[in-house]
Amino acid sequence: MARIVGGVTTSHIPAIGNAMTAKLEGTPYWKRFFDGYEPVKAWLAEVAPDVAVVVYNDHGLNFFLNNMPTFALGCADRYDNADEGWGLKTLASFEGDAEFSWHIAESLVEQQIDIATCQEMLVDHGFVVPMALMWRHLPKWPVRTIPLAVNTVQHPIPTARRCYALGKALRKAIESYPEDAKVVIFGTGGMSHQLQGERAGLINVDYDLKTIDSVIDDPEWLASQTTAEIIENAGTEGVEIIMWLVMRGALDERVNVVHKHYHTPISNTGAGVLVLENAHA
Amino acid sequence: MTWRKHDYDEIPGTYVFDGKTAHGAYGLNKLLFSFNSEANRAEFARDKAAYADKYGLTPEQKKALLEDDFLKLLRLGANIYYLAKLAVPRGFSVQDAGAAFQGVTTEEFKAALMEKGRGLVEKLERRGGYWNG
Repeated sequence: MARIVGGVTTSHIPAIGNAMTAKLEGTPYWKRFFDGYEPVKAWLAEVAPDVAVVVYNDHGLNFFLNNMPTFALGCADRYDNADEGWGLKTLASFEGDAEFSWHIAESLVEQQIDIATCQEMLVDHGFVVPMALMWRHLPKWPVRTIPLAVNTVQHPIPTARRCYALGKALRKAIESYPEDAKVVIFGTGGMSHQLQGERAGLINVDYDLKTIDSVIDDPEWLASQTTAEIIENAGTEGVEIIMWLVMRGALDERVNVVHKHYHTPISNTGAGVLVLENAHA
Repeated sequence: MTWRKHDYDEIPGTYVFDGKTAHGAYGLNKLLFSFNSEANRAEFARDKAAYADKYGLTPEQKKALLEDDFLKLLRLGANIYYLAKLAVPRGFSVQDAGAAFQGVTTEEFKAALMEKGRGLVEKLERRGGYWNG
């Protein structure tokens, strides 16, 4: 049976992608941020997952406003990165696991979560930056991938509570897959940032740290917040943090913290990293 | 016909991209989305006004587009992620855009961001459990 080996949260800021391309990891601005990923990479090397479910939002590469699914699951053999107009280097394609994806889609729908399915899906920096953060040191991506896109671009976006419920359903979907596969879940995006308007530049360190505490020990705190409350505290783009709850919902009520890291500013953003394992594991 | 009101409408300096915002700016955002393609970016660079007309922009949207008036474009319904496809390939960073939104210099905007990280390590040490090298 497939089993979840743990969950990782990470920001997916485009500037991180450019910094990796330009090999700026050791420079004063970036060093503390990137050094904080070394324990994540070590943990991933140790648990050696077969599959990564990457929860992210598309920023306008695959989805446009003509059709904006609330939740969309990649169900393909391969996912390509492409020019998204942000000057990022296009990275190598990602292997999918179509059978596993379709199993997840069926299970989610059986659990009343009516997810859109995509047989073709370009993946943007929201997906690619986390993959590169974890595995760019390897000659090829070491996992099969399942992209799970959450609309955080055009409101109404799903509530924090719905994302948490999706995570719980995702766990049942994964754990009912008959094949032996070790699965890691990436909840990406955030933390606080607002790119737009006169309030641009918002970074709310105290709210970010409270959110990290909540995701570890008290997901209900974040899950109970309205979209307006999250925007007010974390910024219009910081609302991406709801995707961390998808990861969190897929884990046990009690979790062990393998790693906890926070740095700011990275570009306009507060950048948080967590590695969590189920407490019973 | 009434647009629904939201709690987030009252947050100052904030333009939440919802149905009301997006509805009147579909052509504008379609134009911005087209900049995923290098060929489209080049076509725009050759004749910006013609490109705006091709996507049916309103006169107000067209004027803001031709003037690189990011705050105006935002107020007219441009999505910030799509707006970045206009700005970034032409050499504007998200900090340049942020500075333009606030009417400050990019250096001032960046300095304010760096200020957010002041005392961070000590704060994390007080909370405990954080990686710190």
